[in-house]
Amino acid sequence: MDLNTLIQILDSTIRLATPLLLACLAGLFSERAGVFDIGLEAKMLVAAFFSAAVAASTGSVWLGLLAGIAASMVFALIHGIASITFRGDQLISGVALNFLASGMTVLIARDWFNQGGRTPPLDYGSGRFEPITLPYADALAGVPVLGPVYGGMISGHSILVYVAFAMVPLTWYILFRTRFGLRLRAVGENPGAVDTAGISVVRLRYSAVLIAGVLCGIAGAYLATGLAAGFVRDMTAGRGFIALAALIFAKWRPWYALGACLLFGLLDAIGNRYQSIELLGISVPAQLMQALPYILTVVILAGFVGKAIPPRAGGEAYVKER
Amino acid sequence: MILPKWADVVLIPLINLFLALFVSGLVVLLIGEDPVNAMKIMVKGAVGSTYGWGYTLFYATNFIFTGLAVAVAFHARLFNIGGEGQAQLGALGVALVCLALPWPHWTLVLPFSILGGALFGAAWAAIPAYLQARRGSHIVITTIMFNYIAYALLVYLLLGALKAPGMAPESPRFPAGTFLPNARDVFDMLGINFARSPLNVSFVLALIACFLIWLMLWRTRLGYEIRAYGQSEPAAIYAGISPFRITMIVMLISGALAGLMGVNAVQGEAQRLLQDNVLGAGFVGIAVALMGRSHPVGVLIAAVLFGALYQGGAELEFETNVPREMVLVIQALVILFTGALDNMVRGPVEGAFLRLGRRPAPGAAAE
Repeated sequence: MDLNTLIQILDSTIRLATPLLLACLAGLFSERAGVFDIGLEAKMLVAAFFSAAVAASTGSVWLGLLAGIAASMVFALIHGIASITFRGDQLISGVALNFLASGMTVLIARDWFNQGGRTPPLDYGSGRFEPITLPYADALAGVPVLGPVYGGMISGHSILVYVAFAMVPLTWYILFRTRFGLRLRAVGENPGAVDTAGISVVRLRYSAVLIAGVLCGIAGAYLATGLAAGFVRDMTAGRGFIALAALIFAKWRPWYALGACLLFGLLDAIGNRYQSIELLGISVPAQLMQALPYILTVVILAGFVGKAIPPRAGGEAYVKER
Repeated sequence: MILPKWADVVLIPLINLFLALFVSGLVVLLIGEDPVNAMKIMVKGAVGSTYGWGYTLFYATNFIFTGLAVAVAFHARLFNIGGEGQAQLGALGVALVCLALPWPHWTLVLPFSILGGALFGAAWAAIPAYLQARRGSHIVITTIMFNYIAYALLVYLLLGALKAPGMAPESPRFPAGTFLPNARDVFDMLGINFARSPLNVSFVLALIACFLIWLMLWRTRLGYEIRAYGQSEPAAIYAGISPFRITMIVMLISGALAGLMGVNAVQGEAQRLLQDNVLGAGFVGIAVALMGRSHPVGVLIAAVLFGALYQGGAELEFETNVPREMVLVIQALVILFTGALDNMVRGPVEGAFLRLGRRPAPGAAAE
């Protein structure tokens, strides 16, 4: 494998890791606040559809992004109402939202565009995020190793990729260096204590769920208007669950989430490029590569390699003592 | 208990269903169709002919198995979201049995294909069960992961070891001796004309499964232990019930039930192993179990209802501009209202019953 191939693979790793990373950080906010979210997939899917649909209709990718975020936040709000206000089962609510997104996007797409459940293809300049060439990428192109790495791998992504990577330190800062973050984490571990301190558990959890909505919205918009050129049915293809897997793999920590998402993105990139790969003389089928994120998550969850301990109050509705 | 039993079992599910259908009606209205007309087409398509009934009950057979799988696990407070993967593996088990020998007659295959489906389904549920019981990993997450692993496994097998000659990634057709008699054959013997449909003897199998699960849950010691464990884990432990044992047994039964879906879908209809043999039935099982309040009779009724929904949805797409995905939306809303937003309905209903209850019944002595 020469340097060029390697750079191409790493370049697509970054692109494929971006939606995972955004969804994973969304899950991080929600689950750190004690609200399990298996509806990441749903939020990404509605965001993907509405961003592509609005971008196709108006020609503005930014309006598309806003529409995607808004749609994702509506779903987040339903999840919040079901699991925070009405203290319903958070997992069941997530399952329901996944179906709702899968059915509704196709339903509306067929009615809106009449193209069998997809949006019209988007072009650069009229509804798709354009790649950004970072400064000096051209100037450095002649430099060996550094030139191709900087120009081919780091530069040339759409703005949302850089947003996603910037979200990692930002998430870390918010969760571990601000008062809001401290309270958010506390509400996921011991909501009773937070309530005793006179802070609203309900408000904190709603903010966490809505932040998750915003992040999933960006993730979905990136899928449909950055990574691909338009919406096709069920285009998230399980990415919400891979993001969930990455979240567990990262043990609910932002920097580790970056690592996990890059790893799963790399697996995806390799799986896309090769049908099977030779590893130490054994041929590894592509299906194993696809299943690897899930297998790794099961192994991590089982505590054979380290131990993943979820936030203690995760999944439980908070009932104020009366 | 504020609510009388009938309100809990009948009234609340009906209100939830009504709300789900009402919102679905709004969606139909939004895409410019007449909801009442859509409802008529769906009902007529699902139960208006023997053809419709055939498909409705064929789908219902799948949903009974997956619904029972989720329901049994619910009784032990376990959320088995892995019906999809367990049914895929069950389908694999059934296919392996059917392909193993040149079977002469379906009566000889059926016991073994039931065993194959149940065994493979149970095995796929056993790993998440063990990890939950011994290693404390969350069963919802592991079963979701196992759904994806199952899918990758089937794709791998159908591109390799089990692939039939030709382009399509599917197994060879099963020998003719494995084909299950369908409803048309059975009704022909009785002299009744029944349209061609994939409905087959597996439906009877599903009814037997309902009865056996009821028997197990409410008439055996094991069933009592399962329900006790689901009600309160500390109390169950105090009573000498082993959480490990119950978790394992419940998940093995649950996985086996999901696996049995393969008998209907693979041996009964497709007659070969496909990449996706389940087509979301594992998830429909969640809606069915929630609506059926985890009772085998409720599961049966809800499964037939969802079978009708699936068949009616297909007719709806055929006759109007409402696509099949409408069914997915209705299904999602049913899960949302009966599962997650249950308290939204329960609160006001309980309030109403409290107000009614306070008023002394005529002729009753005042306290």
